[in-house]
Amino acid sequence: MDEIRLRPPRHQVERRAVSYWLTNELASALIPAAILAVLAMLITPARPWLLLAMGAVLLIGVPYGIVVPFWRYRVHRWEVTDEAVYTRTGWLWQEWRIAPMSRIQTVDTARGPLEQLFRLASVTVTTASAAGPLKIQGLDHERAADLAARLTATAQANRGDAT
Amino acid sequence: MTVLGEWQRLHRQTVTVTALTLAGLSVSIGTPIVVGMLRDGDSHVGLVLLIALGAAVLLTGGGALVDRLRWRYTSYRVTDERVELRFALVAHKLRSIPRERVRTVDLTANPLLRAFGLAKVKIGTGQQGSGEHSQLTLDPVGRAHAEELRRVLLERESVPTSASATRRANPPLAELDWAWLRYAPISVTTPLLGAAAFGAVMQASDWFNLQGAIFRTVHDDLLGGVPVAGFVAVLVAAGLVIGFVGSLGLFVEMWWRYRLTRDGGVLRVHRGLFTTRSLSLEQRRLRGVDLFEALGSRLLGAARVDVVATGLGSRSDRERSDPKTLLPPAPLAVAHRVATAVLGASPVSDVDIRRHPRAARSRRLRWSLLPVFLVVAVLGVLGALTTVVLLHLAWIAAMVLTPVAVALALDDYRNLGHGLAGDYLVTRYGAGSRHTVALLRGGVIGWTVRSSPFQRRAGLITLAATTAAGRGEYFVRDVDESEGLAFAAEAVPGLLTPFLVAVPPPRD
Repeated sequence: MDEIRLRPPRHQVERRAVSYWLTNELASALIPAAILAVLAMLITPARPWLLLAMGAVLLIGVPYGIVVPFWRYRVHRWEVTDEAVYTRTGWLWQEWRIAPMSRIQTVDTARGPLEQLFRLASVTVTTASAAGPLKIQGLDHERAADLAARLTATAQANRGDAT
Repeated sequence: MTVLGEWQRLHRQTVTVTALTLAGLSVSIGTPIVVGMLRDGDSHVGLVLLIALGAAVLLTGGGALVDRLRWRYTSYRVTDERVELRFALVAHKLRSIPRERVRTVDLTANPLLRAFGLAKVKIGTGQQGSGEHSQLTLDPVGRAHAEELRRVLLERESVPTSASATRRANPPLAELDWAWLRYAPISVTTPLLGAAAFGAVMQASDWFNLQGAIFRTVHDDLLGGVPVAGFVAVLVAAGLVIGFVGSLGLFVEMWWRYRLTRDGGVLRVHRGLFTTRSLSLEQRRLRGVDLFEALGSRLLGAARVDVVATGLGSRSDRERSDPKTLLPPAPLAVAHRVATAVLGASPVSDVDIRRHPRAARSRRLRWSLLPVFLVVAVLGVLGALTTVVLLHLAWIAAMVLTPVAVALALDDYRNLGHGLAGDYLVTRYGAGSRHTVALLRGGVIGWTVRSSPFQRRAGLITLAATTAAGRGEYFVRDVDESEGLAFAAEAVPGLLTPFLVAVPPPRD
């Protein structure tokens, strides 16, 4: 008998998302490292410890920041059909989520400052569940706006309390 | 007093109740402080008492004034369409709930409110998380008026009937059986209450600077200077006895005159000795039940029944028996009967539970033994570096913890299972304690599939059915990937199917 598997969602996120994630992850490693370096220069007695901490941040943060964005790009996918929203996220730990159109409550788009730089946006789809929303990151900002408009229209067509 | 139409005030006695509450609070906080100050000796008795009394009067009077203002400027009304609560002093605040959205009306009354014939009414909608607009509280209104409000808000079509007539027409689904009292002490409350009592004695004796004296009295005089181990054993035994009595008392206070009834489309739980609680829940909000066998109850063949319903507050696990409990720990047969009566189907009793692959067992064993290994390793390394005592501790820990971890892991695996029964999907899980959740298939509003690298290697997934009710998602852990997906697709037809593909089985 054949085995059953989930097929990957149809669309990949924008290629630019990799650059965005790279910038984001590397910044969150390099900025603390830089602060630690400055402190190490200023505070002589604690210098070895501060340098050690800086080394640890760089040793973990930089490889993570370089590897994970590419890995994430291979995993993150999304798809919207007439019936449902379907996403795949994560890298080592992966998560597939399916929410039917009829149960969507709200649709939001969000653009952080760094996302704006890369002309990206994310779409957040909430249902009545307390388990948290579905999030599609790394979409082109115009495409995200279109998608949000389409989802909102569908959600409004299916009124009711969606529970 | 009519219910519909006009703007109305809350009950004016609220000011008295608030003042009395604050006065009681002042006394209970003030006494230890006053005693403490007087004990130090150098303070002037009259002055201390004057300050304490002044502070108490100020607190009570101030609180009463604030509550009087709240009462003066708060009003509510129930129209044909909406329930509205407004507060209009400087800023205007109006909270308005459409009546068709009202799903729960919850009446509580602590002893003080009861003495004044009042009750607090909490009106909730089925919405999750949107806090502000999902519920409003009328604190307080008259008891009879509260009952009337509940009737009007929940039983829209039914004609008014007297309570006794209703009871005759609808025999209760369950009533308290005092034999259930035997399950009360076998739970975490017993050691917790024992420890709390111990803590309270230490705290109180500290206020009066008597800690050392009490210790000496108990240790030297009462027990005649027995060895430390004996002393500790006596203390633990005393704590357990106090916890035993306390948990019995707690059970009586919570479940006194417990009655579960159904009236039209509304489930009602009525219970409580000093603080009476009465929860009404619309049947159509029901998404299933959770049959929970806590370790102690399970050993005695008992189970509790919790409701899985929308709008009951998903994160309200802090209280052990909050409104979601429909039946206190009772014999398994009773629990099954109540679950069946509540759902109108018997998914929990009649389900054909499918077990999970053996890889799930290995995973459980690994995850369960890992912390044991870490503890033993840390103790061992430290022991090798410093003192031999830690080495002994390490092997004792290994001897004691390993069987416990293995037993828990095996039990966890044995409990794992899922199945379909009529309109419900059933998932069972738990190590030691066991949950059997029956969830209405129509109430599933999405699926989440998670996999860790370890799970992918073993061909397992963790499936979560998301729902608007209860915890928001219910898990089927470590199920075979193919089987789990087929289960999810069958449970909610159409939702998952478009995203599934069949692949030929891997050749070994």
